[in-house]
Amino acid sequence: MIQFEKVNKWFGAYHALVDIEETLPQGEVVVVCGPSGSGKSTLIRTLNRLEPIQSGRILIDGQDIHAPGRDVNQFRSHIGFVFQQFNLFPHLSALDNCTLAPQRLRGLRPAEARAQALDLLERVGLAHKAHAFPPELSGGQQQRVAIARALAMQPPLMLFDEPTSALDPEMVGEVLLVMKGLARDGMTMVVVTHEMGFAREVADRVLFMDAGRVLERAAPSEFFNHPQHPRAQQFLSDIRSPFSA
Amino acid sequence: MLELIDTYWLYFLVGQYPKGPLGGLALTVALAAAGLLLALPLGLLFGLARVSPVRALRWPVTALVFVVRGTPLLMVVFWAYFFLPSLTGHKTDQFTTMLIALVVFDAAYLAEIVRAGIQSLPRGQMEASRSLGLSYLRSMRLVLLPQALRAMLPSLVNQFVSTIKETSLGYIIGLNEVAFIASQINTQVFTKPTQIYATLGLTYFLMCFGLSRLAYALERRLSRRSRPSAISEESASSSAALAPVSP
Repeated sequence: MIQFEKVNKWFGAYHALVDIEETLPQGEVVVVCGPSGSGKSTLIRTLNRLEPIQSGRILIDGQDIHAPGRDVNQFRSHIGFVFQQFNLFPHLSALDNCTLAPQRLRGLRPAEARAQALDLLERVGLAHKAHAFPPELSGGQQQRVAIARALAMQPPLMLFDEPTSALDPEMVGEVLLVMKGLARDGMTMVVVTHEMGFAREVADRVLFMDAGRVLERAAPSEFFNHPQHPRAQQFLSDIRSPFSA
Repeated sequence: MLELIDTYWLYFLVGQYPKGPLGGLALTVALAAAGLLLALPLGLLFGLARVSPVRALRWPVTALVFVVRGTPLLMVVFWAYFFLPSLTGHKTDQFTTMLIALVVFDAAYLAEIVRAGIQSLPRGQMEASRSLGLSYLRSMRLVLLPQALRAMLPSLVNQFVSTIKETSLGYIIGLNEVAFIASQINTQVFTKPTQIYATLGLTYFLMCFGLSRLAYALERRLSRRSRPSAISEESASSSAALAPVSP
């Protein structure tokens, strides 16, 4: 379970997150959406301390992850993070991308790490590319390897920061399909995305953010059919018919 | 010319050794090799300090780098020669003096190469590695440095070639390296400076050229190794098309 308690963050004078107060239950898929610059990426990056916060607390399973003494490497190893730009390690094969952290951090023997990595690559449909290097893979394939790499640490929580935004349109589907599979298996997920179809179909709840605040939280059917906040109504109408305004 | 070589080749190669101290080309090679071997790890540490988030590491090394970069090597040699003994209380021999000057000088330059190599990588590499739970130092060692070193290789070789040539400044403090020996020979023979200094020049050229070629070979091997699957998975014809173009 993730709890935000009065979380505030500034970039210099810019107030990026304003009094975030949110509880996200275990096993749920939460989609965070909103216009660019609304703070959604910042929000998700505070969850594994890629961004520091200036006030408030973020609790994951009761642990205050921004507490000064917290072992950041230890708790990060329990949170999978998938980036917009994939960030695969280009000097390592797809397989080695997936075995690096488990071998170093979970103490797996090379053979075990390899077997697990192959399983995961199979799961994202890329077992046949295990020995390919990232530059040889398409964007969609790279992102699927990146998901497998994150899963290799067997995290109970996965964070996705606009995982399909850097992809060519025809590759979005394959990545969303993998994410859908994860959701079906009961993974707790927080997903920042513009893919409203994914949100509608997979999310348990949608958070709508603007200007550093969460303006609306609702089940997807509720959010898409009866948005309450005027800003959310405008956002939804903008993304539905970009040319009508 | 043949007579010249016949008389002085041993002196040119090893100085007065074994009757006197080792000198000549052998000493130059030893100095360059020791300089490289010591400067590389030191330069790596300095480079890591230059990008370190810890100010206490970053600032002193940054200061050192700027001082050294704004100073000719000759000054550093003088400092080592005149200043070091007054600091330690006893006289340092010329080889060690020159070695210290070379290592400090080259480590500062290598630090900048390392820093640039690390900073040229996308920020996401460190973030991705840290997100998996790897520590800062492990991320450096396992993720950033392997990529950075590959990119740095040409600049590193450049610096190594410089080091070989810089050993000739040992001349100024009376170190009997190969340039010093050549000038000694010239003093004794007196009539053939062109031949003597041409031989010296050719000697430096061969060492530097050899090192450059070695580095190119290494570079090619590394770039091949970074995409072995192109060879193992695709057809033979396409792997030939992917083969790196030699410079």
